[in-house]
Amino acid sequence: MIKAILIFNNHGKPRLIRFYQYFAEDMQQQIIRETFHLVSKRDDNVCNFLEGGSLIGGSDYKLIYRHYATLYFVFCVDSSESELGILDLIQVFVETLDKCFENVCELDLIFHMDKVHYILQEVVMGGMVLETNMNEITTQVDVQNRMEKSEGGLSAAPARAVSAVKNMNLPEIPRNINIGDINIKVPSLSPF
Amino acid sequence: MALKIVKGSIDRMFDKNLQDLVRGIRNHKEDEAKYISTCIDEIKQELKQDNIAVKANAVCKLTYLQMLGYDVSWAAFNIVEVMSSSKFTYKRIGYLAASQCFHESTDVIMLTTNQIRKDLSSPNQYDTGVALTGLSCFVTPDLARDLANDIMTLMSHTKPYIRKKAVLIMYKVFLKYPESLRPAFPRLKEKLEDPDPGVQSAAVNVICELARRNPKNYLSLAPLFFKLMTSSTNNWVLIKIIKLFGALTPLEPRLGKKLIEPLTNLIHSTSAMSLLYECVNTVYIDVNTPPLPSLSLSLCLYLSLPPQLCVQKLRILIEDSDQNLKYLGLLAMSKILKTHPKSVQSHKDLILQCLDDKDESIRLRALDLLYGMVSKKNLMEIVKKLMLHVDKAEGTTYRDELLTKIIDICSQSNYQYITNFEWYISILVELTRLEGTRHGHLIASQMLDVAIRVKAIRGFAVAQMATLLDNAHLLTGNMQRMGICEVLYAAAWICGEFSEHLENPMQTLEAMLRPKVATLPGHIQAVYVQNAAKLFATVLKSQEGNTDSTAAQETSQLMIDRLPLFVQSANLEVQERASCILQLVKYIQKLQQKDVEVAEEVSALFAGELNPVAPKAQKKVPVPEGLDLDSWINEPPSESESEDEQPKAIFAKEEPKHSRPRREEVDEKELAKRREARKQEQANNPFYIKASPSSQKVYQEAPGVEHIPVVQIDLSVPLKVPGLPMSDQYVKLEEERRQKERAEKKKKEKKKRKEKRSGRGKKHDSGPESEEDITPAHQVDIVTEEMPEKSSKHKKKKQKKEKEEKEKKKKKKHHHHHHHSDGGGEEAVQNGTVEEEEPLPVSVFFCFLPLTKVYDIQGNLQDGSQVVVSVIFENKCDSFLKSMEFNVLDSLNSKLQRPEGSGPHDGLTVPFQLPPGVSNEARFVFTVQSIIMPQKLKGTLTFIVKDSSTHEKLDFKLHFTCTSYLITTPCYSDAFAKLLESGDLKCSSVRLEGVNMPFHHLLARICFHHHFSVVERIDSCASMYSRSIQGHHVCLLVKVSAQTVSIDAKCDEPTLLGNVLDEIKQTFSQC
Repeated sequence: MIKAILIFNNHGKPRLIRFYQYFAEDMQQQIIRETFHLVSKRDDNVCNFLEGGSLIGGSDYKLIYRHYATLYFVFCVDSSESELGILDLIQVFVETLDKCFENVCELDLIFHMDKVHYILQEVVMGGMVLETNMNEITTQVDVQNRMEKSEGGLSAAPARAVSAVKNMNLPEIPRNINIGDINIKVPSLSPF
Repeated sequence: MALKIVKGSIDRMFDKNLQDLVRGIRNHKEDEAKYISTCIDEIKQELKQDNIAVKANAVCKLTYLQMLGYDVSWAAFNIVEVMSSSKFTYKRIGYLAASQCFHESTDVIMLTTNQIRKDLSSPNQYDTGVALTGLSCFVTPDLARDLANDIMTLMSHTKPYIRKKAVLIMYKVFLKYPESLRPAFPRLKEKLEDPDPGVQSAAVNVICELARRNPKNYLSLAPLFFKLMTSSTNNWVLIKIIKLFGALTPLEPRLGKKLIEPLTNLIHSTSAMSLLYECVNTVYIDVNTPPLPSLSLSLCLYLSLPPQLCVQKLRILIEDSDQNLKYLGLLAMSKILKTHPKSVQSHKDLILQCLDDKDESIRLRALDLLYGMVSKKNLMEIVKKLMLHVDKAEGTTYRDELLTKIIDICSQSNYQYITNFEWYISILVELTRLEGTRHGHLIASQMLDVAIRVKAIRGFAVAQMATLLDNAHLLTGNMQRMGICEVLYAAAWICGEFSEHLENPMQTLEAMLRPKVATLPGHIQAVYVQNAAKLFATVLKSQEGNTDSTAAQETSQLMIDRLPLFVQSANLEVQERASCILQLVKYIQKLQQKDVEVAEEVSALFAGELNPVAPKAQKKVPVPEGLDLDSWINEPPSESESEDEQPKAIFAKEEPKHSRPRREEVDEKELAKRREARKQEQANNPFYIKASPSSQKVYQEAPGVEHIPVVQIDLSVPLKVPGLPMSDQYVKLEEERRQKERAEKKKKEKKKRKEKRSGRGKKHDSGPESEEDITPAHQVDIVTEEMPEKSSKHKKKKQKKEKEEKEKKKKKKHHHHHHHSDGGGEEAVQNGTVEEEEPLPVSVFFCFLPLTKVYDIQGNLQDGSQVVVSVIFENKCDSFLKSMEFNVLDSLNSKLQRPEGSGPHDGLTVPFQLPPGVSNEARFVFTVQSIIMPQKLKGTLTFIVKDSSTHEKLDFKLHFTCTSYLITTPCYSDAFAKLLESGDLKCSSVRLEGVNMPFHHLLARICFHHHFSVVERIDSCASMYSRSIQGHHVCLLVKVSAQTVSIDAKCDEPTLLGNVLDEIKQTFSQC
């Protein structure tokens, strides 16, 4: 079982949190802080496993994480999950994000947290792995996005216009925080 | 009206959406919290709108804020509204928000049942999908019960997308509503063969999770999984299945054999490293778990891969440059270690190498492995390596980890692997030089344990400890950080107890009486004082032999000069011991001046040997009649840990066999097994000596202490150089010793052979020495002769001989008055009164009531949860009272603080005795959690009346009033005004009628009895202030007009205020 999925940046700012076990909000924040503290002090060329923090889990739990450019993807799992399997899963998830957002960067995650959640929901459900096939995941996400569009989306046309007006005098947002080298060495990907 | 709607919707156009919110937060870096609070206000407005689009937008923003740590549960109802929208877009937002913030105690979840049911049966598969996903996160037992059937139907939905989600969520439903497992199981099993790989994978997933909790019940599925394993190409599924088999094979040995072929095929064919890892892991670990050692061997043979080779494969993983594989290789190694320690031990070099790894995860794994790898042969080498790492390690956590591991490794199974205890002691001494470690007590307890149990080592240990004491100032740097100074506790005790081994006791005595010692924690000082006395005795003994008596007198003078420092100690125990010993020494000095020889008598105080308790001692305690230690106290738990999870229908045939009829038999076996396990455990516990023959075996070669092959250590080695690591020398010494021993053995064997002319002993002399050949240089004290039943340490503390007071005054006066002793009496009434237990017991104990007690309760300003109760005991009878024990029945809120190690019902000894007519005061500390309510604690005082020497009991009640939690605190009028303006304080008032006293008396009374201070006084009106120990402010405005006093009061804790006012009212009603 996966107990929690956390995505935060190099400064520990949460970008997505998904707990599959209930924790009160302040506890969630503490867990994020602790996890960030544990993960961030590790070099990039050490192993991706970390025996769990004190707040979440205990001895049976492990933190399995990957670090992409500005973001950490951390999965907290118990011993029923295969360590390397989860590493692959993180890779699948990130590649799916890359496909759905077309060259994903941290800003995509910042401004479209909801969409990231919807993609994650197609990968992991209630703490269990739902789908590992990237094509299957993207297909389902696409279909649902189309449905949303046909319904007019969340903000209907007029609101969107207003949003555009509000956008105008804002400073240009840099889009240069690319995740970059996405093909970090993964033991196995092909058969999934 | 219409206009309003139009206006409203135009306003709404300017609502922020999620992106605007995020942007806004990013643009308000300095005042983020403020900005978010305005956003939340806006969201609250939006949620009040009828427009569902607006609500959905608001809920979407709330989901984001939830991630930032804001509690959004207040919007739970709105989330439910959005969930029930007919549009997919909004529904999805609603379910997402719900899955992020709903949990079992969210009450609106009750309202969602029908909505979810509707969504589950929606014609749109994505509506259903979204509902399933959401539900998987917040399913409650109620929801699981109500929706189990609907979800079960979905398991055979036409769309695989829905089927796989339905299958997965069933696991959550099983967890919350176990009854659903039975009816759903056949269908779940069916899904293992679903044409869609996704659904198949989900089913495997669920069954693996279930089997993890209770593997036995899923054995019947093995053939099915077997088929899946050979046919499936999905690595994810394969990994899960192999993991499942890992859990099943220990239960069904035949499975292991069957698995060999497909697993080997997989090993050869797969390209995925993750899968290879799982295969290796399963074949060699899970199959090899204890029940099947023979199988594991045959398995290894069959595969032409003996465990060595399997480990060889792991070695390849560990040597890989990929850190992940290295980590996993070590992880797998540690599992193999349990079954095949030998084959792993040969890779010690590799493991030690991993200790140098820059990655902490890997280092910790390697440390774990080392624990299981040590033998008599390599212990010194491994520990030496570890000590090097201790010096190098930068992080304190890792260093502490190393330290505990070193001690664990050395002390495991009753110091089994230690051949030279001098080496171990010096390792411990070296460890004390670690800065900032938390494990001082661990080192200390090891020192004590070794020094007490290994008799041969005492001389050496004492010398080392003396050096430690002498150089205590070197440790002083980190002394204050509680950690390492604990070592001095052990050092002082060892030096005192085994002082006959000291080379220069005088020097140690001086070291122990240095003024700096007073900065150590109390319990260590206490040991210092006590052991200084022991040393004193030893010194006297050696000095009295000489003709010159001045030396002995000087020693006494030294004690008399230095001890007063400890007499002043704040720590009660130090104080008590110091003053006892000081008096004793003064008395000795007097005798010395008369040229009386005292050394013998002084050392008699500390005569006797501290002996370990024999394990057989317990047997000598007769078992009380009618007590059967082997019978069950409660019915034993049933066979399976969670019956609710058994799909009973499936295993209906097996069940009856397992249940009732066999129970008795099982019990007996079980009992035997447990007894065995317990024995095993005791054998490994150093505090159970000689527990089972198996643990004895190791030492049987050398039976008594006398026969220990103690090594003659070349004393030219400077053993005592402080600050110099010297454990290394032992490694060399040890080598030499072993060589010598081996040579001797060879010689003997040769002789034997010559005599006997038989080649039977052949295998001993050639090849590497085996474990058993290495004999320990010192023996852990395993006492083989009959032991005393009790630990006997006869230390005759000087007992004051009060036998002169033996005149018999049998009858006690009966004091029937409600005791107020004149002095403190008045105050005591106010702060609390001792109440005797009401009427019934009166007659019983009043005749024995020789005591009065008056007490005062005072808050402790430093600690908001401590209250000190000073009790004055006055002996009003004619007999001597002693052995008074004060005990209070703790309530949830307040507890009597007892010294560490005593149980929650133990009484506290009153530290004095009471001659007739004398009173004395004792203080007791209580911890109080909540101070807002007054409370009464019941207690008893037991004591012995000297003449009758019977135990008497006095019941009393302690009344903790709220007033006693208040502390007089001065307050300036401007601060007072600010406090009142702040608006945090709740108001309350009280009126007192018929108070007939001058205003200043009235104020004085409040100040005195209720710990207030006057802030300002104008005519017949005054403001007063006080603070509670937990920092509540209490403000009073007292006005008086013609015998009527009105008190308006404010406090940030209304309950506390109410109680304080009640108490004030009571004070004035009494006068």
